[in-house]
Amino acid sequence: MKFRIEPFVWLAFSGGGVLAALFMPVLAFLFALAFPLGWIDPPSHDHLDAIVSNPLTFLVLFGLFVVMLVHAAHRFRYTLYDGLQIKHRVLVGTLCYGAVLVGAFACLQFLGGATQ
Amino acid sequence: MSRATGDDLSYRRPVPLWWWLHKRTYFVFVMRELSSIFIAWLVLYLLLFVRAVGRGEAAYQDFLDDAASPWLVTLNVIAFAFIVLHTITWFSLTPQAMVVRVRGHRVPGIAIIAGQYAALAAVTAFVAWLVLS
Repeated sequence: MKFRIEPFVWLAFSGGGVLAALFMPVLAFLFALAFPLGWIDPPSHDHLDAIVSNPLTFLVLFGLFVVMLVHAAHRFRYTLYDGLQIKHRVLVGTLCYGAVLVGAFACLQFLGGATQ
Repeated sequence: MSRATGDDLSYRRPVPLWWWLHKRTYFVFVMRELSSIFIAWLVLYLLLFVRAVGRGEAAYQDFLDDAASPWLVTLNVIAFAFIVLHTITWFSLTPQAMVVRVRGHRVPGIAIIAGQYAALAAVTAFVAWLVLS
């Protein structure tokens, strides 16, 4: 039987969609709005540093972020095909999934840097 | 047969670029699809947040100050609205994409949706507890 990558991408798309729906509202609300705008007192640096330097946090955030990026790239690929009628399938696919690889590398660098 | 017949068979009616502005449901569909951009943006934003925390107290304070700038707040308010749209539409579509059976009986869609909101509440409470305690 011929191996096909497509079902696995759809699986990651679904998984990333579920995780984004569950985790992103609270993460975005706290870190992108409530803390910068002072609606809620931001946690102390020591407290957050203790959380992000825990290897378990690294594993959880790395998994969450990469799967969410695959979800976003896969959906955006179809937005370009269907929404904007861009039919360069290979180019669009390469750009979208290439961006995921760059993003995964950035996750490794940034999350890994905070863990040490 | 004739060349014209072949051409007719391969004809595809061109779809206008702005087809999704013609109907509300089409518009919501495209907005839902565009949520992907904002999910990617927020992943990047959170990565930069974690990096700032890892760089020390001063970098963390600087990041919070920068994140309070009007253009970044505007972007993040829009991003948050798209995340809410993603969550609501994703939860609503799940029963159509997935059939859950318990002891041979199909779980009604409303129960699947309610279960997801319960999971959202649990995740929200856990993250808030972890970060704010």
